[in-house]
Amino acid sequence: MKTLAELAAIREQMKDKVAIRTGSGEVRVVVGMATCGITAGARPVLNAFVEEVAAQGLADSVKVTQTGCIGICQYEPVVEIYEDGKDKVTYVKMTADKAKEVVEKHLKGGAPVAEYLIGNI
Amino acid sequence: MTDLSLYILDITMNSVRAGATNISVLLEEENSVLTFTVKDNGCGMTREQVEKLSNPFFTTRTTRKVGLGVPFLRMLAEQTDGGVTIESRSEKEFEDHGTVVTATFHTDHIDFIPLGDLTETMITLIQGSPDVDFIYRHTTDKGIDVAMDTAEMRAVLGDSIPLNSFEVLAFIRGFLEDQYAQK
Repeated sequence: MKTLAELAAIREQMKDKVAIRTGSGEVRVVVGMATCGITAGARPVLNAFVEEVAAQGLADSVKVTQTGCIGICQYEPVVEIYEDGKDKVTYVKMTADKAKEVVEKHLKGGAPVAEYLIGNI
Repeated sequence: MTDLSLYILDITMNSVRAGATNISVLLEEENSVLTFTVKDNGCGMTREQVEKLSNPFFTTRTTRKVGLGVPFLRMLAEQTDGGVTIESRSEKEFEDHGTVVTATFHTDHIDFIPLGDLTETMITLIQGSPDVDFIYRHTTDKGIDVAMDTAEMRAVLGDSIPLNSFEVLAFIRGFLEDQYAQK
């Protein structure tokens, strides 16, 4: 059984890390989480981004956030990626597996996954 | 939406968007009747807004012309012979404003859908709103008794560690899953 005492241990482990994390955040992953997104399967997409960003060691520079309806409900789940100095990139009809691929190839590797982009469906 | 946990996520998002700082998500099942309540201290709605709420062609947003969250919930509840009630106090009229949405379902009705992963729903809410105080409680007459209060967790963590750090989210996931596994 996990208890709140374990949280105190997490706090001690994280003390130094968090200072670094809040100082950066130049890449933002924004997942549409309105009714349209949720219905189309945005919840597992969001959670795949959160987990994979952590697993790939990118949590210090990539921030995963949620937004409401982006206005293109027919393409949900929609994910937008904002990076300083670059154009916004929009991924559509996402799944948890595609999300993992995007973290690896785009966020880590630097090259957007062309076949999932809004211009290519 | 394929399971109840997604409806709960969707409806609770309304509380988040209403600017609530306190949100309670309660599930209580007794004698095959499941009552879901979400209570918030958000901006609330006027009586006119509440009346229009079950009309799918009413929405306050500007990105599209339909609002399906509440109509979906009402449809699901009514198809199991349950229902939805909404009480709201608008900040325009009341000092203690906020909204309470209550939905009842007959879980033994053939049109009831699976509960789904309620832990993932709470994780998603906390990930998106780490500064909101969420209270979650799920009890059944079959022995499930799960409780979570993010204000308590924040008190342990202090101000510098956000609740949506992945380490903390992993803890909360385990915290809820362990309680569900007790049954």
